[in-house]
Amino acid sequence: MIRLGAAYLTMGLLLAAYALLGALDRGKPNRWRDSLFFALLAASFLIGDRLGDLVNGLLVIGLVALAAIGRRAPTVRAAGDEPLRLAGALRYKDRLFLLALITPAVALGGAVLLKGARIGSQPLFDPKQITVISLALGVVIAFLASLIVLRERPVRGVQEGRRLMESVGWAAILPQMLAALGAVFALAGVGHSVAVLLGQVLPVDNRFAVVCAYTCGMALFTVMVGNAFAAFPVMTAAIGLPLIVQRFHGDPAIMGAIGMLSGFCGTLLTPMAANFNLVPVALLELPDRWAVIRAQAPTALVMLAVNTGLMYALVFRF
Amino acid sequence: MATWLPLVGVAVVAVGFLIRLNPMLVVLLAALGAGLGAGFPILKVVAALGHAFNENRYVTLIWLILPVIGLLERHGLQERARQRIARLKGATTGRLLLVYMMLRQATAALGLVALGGHPQMVRPMVAPMAEGAAEARLGVLPDKVRHLIRAHAAGVDNIGVFFGEDIFIAVGSILLIHGVLQGAGIEVDPLKLSGWAAPSAAAALIVHGARLLRLDRKLARQVAEARAANRTSLEAQEAP
Repeated sequence: MIRLGAAYLTMGLLLAAYALLGALDRGKPNRWRDSLFFALLAASFLIGDRLGDLVNGLLVIGLVALAAIGRRAPTVRAAGDEPLRLAGALRYKDRLFLLALITPAVALGGAVLLKGARIGSQPLFDPKQITVISLALGVVIAFLASLIVLRERPVRGVQEGRRLMESVGWAAILPQMLAALGAVFALAGVGHSVAVLLGQVLPVDNRFAVVCAYTCGMALFTVMVGNAFAAFPVMTAAIGLPLIVQRFHGDPAIMGAIGMLSGFCGTLLTPMAANFNLVPVALLELPDRWAVIRAQAPTALVMLAVNTGLMYALVFRF
Repeated sequence: MATWLPLVGVAVVAVGFLIRLNPMLVVLLAALGAGLGAGFPILKVVAALGHAFNENRYVTLIWLILPVIGLLERHGLQERARQRIARLKGATTGRLLLVYMMLRQATAALGLVALGGHPQMVRPMVAPMAEGAAEARLGVLPDKVRHLIRAHAAGVDNIGVFFGEDIFIAVGSILLIHGVLQGAGIEVDPLKLSGWAAPSAAAALIVHGARLLRLDRKLARQVAEARAANRTSLEAQEAP
């Protein structure tokens, strides 16, 4: 069965190449810091499973220390590249779009088609990880196709990847860090604490107040931990099930569906949801860390009100 | 142990982001705060963080795509996206982003969540197209306007997928709702869950769609304001 190992190996080697090429790039500001950062991350991908939990933890602390010192350098594009870009746009035309769409297309096709692929009775791919495996497969195919069509050498692709990765910087691993934080929160019983405290302060005799507490609680807890999936079990156990369902006989399906979407309103508002709100800031080279959240906030707040209204109107009726 | 002590972690997150600490540092401190608050020894907290970091490496695999994007951008992908949209009559930033949001929502509702995302679609194609559409109508854009357009390009990708995916029954959030309710002894039909997500999805399309259509006017206004400010500052310089 094909698991994530091959994808981790590819990622590890790519990061090691970034570390090496970065160290050789004499003109670059902060070159040793960036190089060491990629080297540590490469180690995590290549041998993370053999390091043991404590060493992995120290590795995380090392990454954080390197991320926290100094500022991220702005992306530098060599001025001489512009004629090449304009010429490329004229020469390759829409073939550039086709090449760009290979990865999503393969990721998609893989997720749908490969799910059932079997050798004998063994599934060919680990079903839980099929999306990520298909993504990695799509990238490899797109990379090879781009090299052929654009007549470039592989090292040029790696250099271009390094340039982009350096401009994204530590934001690239922030989502992984936050996922890890979620696991530590769960271990420490953060959700349980919230549920106990909420149970003590909530008014229980008013339907609208209870619905409000549930939807706004979902959004607020999601803002704090960055993930509606972490908020849902907590809020549902604390407010949804005991009050909306058991006390006022609301419909659990309506409560669950709209409750989750209320959490998503919180996701649109929080820097803790880094992959949605902070990664694009780095990727699109925006100077304001809150720019994407600012663009989303009015919609998120209106939708939270809409969800609250919808739940109040529907949940006690069906 | 007091019940509220693990919440130190949550407080660290809130304060850390408010005082603009480096987010990586915030995460580390929050993990330590929550773990120590729960009464674990520090080495156990560090090990737990390390274990979870290692288990979640797949989250970072998305960046494998950067060499492909880099190569295509080197040969003019963004320029091509701009040219393509500039030639399209009637294309405005707001309308373009609305079309992308509808596509993202519709494909996510069919379970095709992978067909989008910031590194794959927004940076190389959607954002340059949105900028190109504004440039075609308004001329050279001030940086402030350019950044606003990019932020909205990132936003539609998020809003589209969030309010689309719950209509598909096999998606993670539906499975989670189903699982949590099942754990409480309540059996619900996943189809019913996805059906009740539809009104919110429609509302999101209306609310955000209306904002996107108004975005064009806002962009035009900001460009005009920037030009006027430029002119007055030039005149002020010329005046003795």
